[in-house]
Amino acid sequence: MAYRFDFAPVFEQTGLLLSGAGFTLALTAVGAVLGIGLGVTGAVCRAWKLRPFDRLFGVYVEAIRNTPFLVQLFFIFFGLPALGVRMSEWQAAVLAMVINLGAYSTEIIRAGIQATPRGQIEAAESLALTRPQIFRHVVLRPALAKVWPALTSQVIIVMLGSAVCSQIATEELTFAANFIQSRNFRAFETYFVTTALYFAMALLIRQLLVQLGQRYVVGRTR
Amino acid sequence: MSLVKIAGLHKHFGTNHVLKGIDLEVASGDVVALIGRSGSGKSTLLRTINGLETTDKGELVVDGTALHDGKGDLRALRQKVGMVFQQFNLFPHLTAGQNVMLAPTVVKGTPKAEAQDIAKEVLLKVGLSDKFDSYPDQLSGGQQQRVAIARALAMRPKVLLCDEITSALDPELVSEVLAVVRQLAAEGMTLIMVTHEMRFAREVGNKLIFMHHGRIHESGDPKTVFADPQTPELANFVGAVQPA
Repeated sequence: MAYRFDFAPVFEQTGLLLSGAGFTLALTAVGAVLGIGLGVTGAVCRAWKLRPFDRLFGVYVEAIRNTPFLVQLFFIFFGLPALGVRMSEWQAAVLAMVINLGAYSTEIIRAGIQATPRGQIEAAESLALTRPQIFRHVVLRPALAKVWPALTSQVIIVMLGSAVCSQIATEELTFAANFIQSRNFRAFETYFVTTALYFAMALLIRQLLVQLGQRYVVGRTR
Repeated sequence: MSLVKIAGLHKHFGTNHVLKGIDLEVASGDVVALIGRSGSGKSTLLRTINGLETTDKGELVVDGTALHDGKGDLRALRQKVGMVFQQFNLFPHLTAGQNVMLAPTVVKGTPKAEAQDIAKEVLLKVGLSDKFDSYPDQLSGGQQQRVAIARALAMRPKVLLCDEITSALDPELVSEVLAVVRQLAAEGMTLIMVTHEMRFAREVGNKLIFMHHGRIHESGDPKTVFADPQTPELANFVGAVQPA
């Protein structure tokens, strides 16, 4: 007998799914803001070779980009308590996402900073701007504008990657989906709906970041 | 009293000795043209005057602010020395007006409204008062270069350095930029310019400096220097750039 599709048991849990999706979005929002902040800091240190921070960020970037996100998360949540650092699953999830996005965005933003024409920096120097002023007023916005699409994609990758936070019982969307599926055994229906939700969230975030970029980064102020 | 005083200035790029003891005095209101073959050190000399190139040895004083052997208050120096570049180097994410307002607000802390008045004034001076809200990529090369001049003027510099400012322009746009420079000279602005516009140097300049192998090889009043070069190198150079 053929499998009979029945979505009703999934939709009964709509509240749970939506709250999971909400938590995923919240995790992503906090992770993206702090992660990109960390990335800007790392990118300046690396691009302008600020000793010794450039080396430290170099090691950090390589360590994060060459290890699995799940292992990074487990290390923070299960490993660090051995050093007396205990966190809730939410804290651990946010920290893991910030650290992960921080490493990737360091390299993405660094590319943007290094693409600043030398002459523009010289022009700013000749106008007596300090290095921090040059960074803030001359370098940063064009650099972010150049790499905004790449940064947008990376934020979405991190949002999708947050699914593994379910493994430390962070109650985000995948955790909710696993929970629902374990009750109703409707794996196809549950994960189909969950997939659709992730897809919709990814589209939403992309749209949001495109709009934000147009408004504050890539676009013109008048 | 000279406004710019350079004494015994030396500069190396690695093992390459590019400035071999430059002595130069520029008085307020002077219009100095620096000429010479590429690699003669003229651009490097110009760039040392606002500290874009460091120096190894020697003294540089601009209006009382000094660098000894390359050390001193660079930012104080740069506030007295404006610079205009061959490639304009406008900030692409800012409008013409914002380009001009940036340094006064950020460096001098000038209130925004006042900076805006300054920007309008200097853009008017370069004939671009209607381009306040235009972005650099909406302007022609000549207009961009005039905005760059306005941007430098907004800091009220004592001396303006011009580094081949017409070399990247289409021929038909050169004259509008030179007209602005000519007007500045007439108003008494002190100018030091590296240029290939020999006729302009002769007409507007009151001092010509011919650089050769990292030294000032010959200098004097442009009209007499061009008409009667004392050294074979300058005679050669003048002959090469303006065949009789």
